[in-house]
Amino acid sequence: MSSTAREKSAAKRNGEHVDENGHAHGKAGEEASSENGELGAIPSFDVVMRIRRYNAEDAEDGTPVEARWEDFTVTLHGTDRVLDALHKIKWEQDGSLSFRRSCAHGVCGSDAMRINGVNRLACKVLVKDINPDKPITVEPIKGLPVEKDLVVDMEPFFQSYREVMPFLITSGHQPTRERKQSQEERERFDDTTKCILCAACTSSCPVFWTDGQYFGPAAIVNAHRFIFDSRDEGADVRLEVLNDREGVWRCRTTFNCSEACPRGIQVTKAIHEVKRALLTRTV
Amino acid sequence: MAAPLLEAPRSTPYRRSTSRRSNYEMYSWLFMRLSGAVLAVLVIGHLFVNLMVGDGINGLDFGFVAGKWASPFWQVWDLAMLWLAMIHGSNGVRTIINDYTQRDTTRMVLKTLLAVALVFTVVLGTLVIFTFEPCPVGPDGALLTGAPSFCAG
Ligand code: HEM
Ligand code: SF4
Ligand code: FES
Repeated sequence: MSSTAREKSAAKRNGEHVDENGHAHGKAGEEASSENGELGAIPSFDVVMRIRRYNAEDAEDGTPVEARWEDFTVTLHGTDRVLDALHKIKWEQDGSLSFRRSCAHGVCGSDAMRINGVNRLACKVLVKDINPDKPITVEPIKGLPVEKDLVVDMEPFFQSYREVMPFLITSGHQPTRERKQSQEERERFDDTTKCILCAACTSSCPVFWTDGQYFGPAAIVNAHRFIFDSRDEGADVRLEVLNDREGVWRCRTTFNCSEACPRGIQVTKAIHEVKRALLTRTV
Repeated sequence: MAAPLLEAPRSTPYRRSTSRRSNYEMYSWLFMRLSGAVLAVLVIGHLFVNLMVGDGINGLDFGFVAGKWASPFWQVWDLAMLWLAMIHGSNGVRTIINDYTQRDTTRMVLKTLLAVALVFTVVLGTLVIFTFEPCPVGPDGALLTGAPSFCAG
């Protein structure tokens, strides 16, 4: 797999070592293997996970409800991901730690979180790749109400998603065979079909952070997926929704969304294509 | 076979303030980019002529400004720069107010102040550009005291 410039810049920010092929490597795993000289033993290393904790029920005994940082030290292997570290904490140290995950393989979009200050899927980040020599911070994604620890209320996010009508809109009779599409027609929206609704993009957007009214990149990505689909006939309605005061025009092109997307979707480009479709009134 | 009917999504407390259907934000966005492009030319040209050409910054004095505003070309140039920069800048600050104000009243107050500042500066600036008189004379046709020395010549 070749690494993109985006991956490289993320690697640099996290203090990882990048080899001549452009692949990022953490150092801790390698060091651990040389220290742990036993033949056949799987090298392990200790890492501090600094996790943002919040529990509304803390208030019942009179203590004020305030999010706080809590450090956990876990022993991990080079193959462990941030999600594995969270599991180790939850299963072996503190069962009250709350976070969402389902597939654990980067397809369900449950476990987007802010890891060392950037939005990532916990199940797609190897701990050894994000400099385990320093404490690794894990926070809930920003801009959505925190319910407990790393669990946020996704409802505002999904409300925006529903408002762009993310389903095929057609008129006339149901065709008796499949709706055909050329490869070129498919290519126009192929990128945006990859979204797993993890909210990493929307919750990385500074405009969304300000008041949470902005539709956000994910809703626009999913509108794009249908607006540019030759089989769909609802483009005008969706474009009108995104022409709103809180729609595409609030985008300030900061590229945080493209940087955050775990599926590598070119989110900012998709937003731009929707803007252009609105300006020219042609899809 | 008919498709199963889906229930409407449940209503939630997260209400987006709905807007009137209009292209206002689209034109605002377009204006920022067009005015920005024109401003880049106007501002760099302005800086170049004022600071680099001839004596450069050392030649910049009352007489220099008077000389420029004697020409309709520079009057129009400066007028365009004034209007575009003020509307562009104010529209930009409007965006920022929309971003960061929480309460409707705060938003209203800040936007009103912004509009007043915009109108005041644009009107005053426009008046100055078109009514500028480097050598003011009194009713008797004589130079007023305090007029710059080059008026006497
Ligand atoms: C040199 C020429 C200029 C260019 C090319 C330019 C371009 C732009 C563009 C494209 C935007 C929109 C940014 C966005 O929505 O993502 C913008 C925003 C803005 N501009 Fe300019 N501009 C110029 C000069 C000015 C001047 C002279 C002022 C002040 C009077 C100004 C004040 C602002 C402000 C306050 C914003 C809003 C910033 C924000 O959205 O956070 N600009 N400018
Ligand atoms: S566009 Fe990418 S970051 Fe945004 S919700 Fe979809 S998969 Fe997640
Ligand atoms: S747990 Fe499914 S995407 Fe990470």
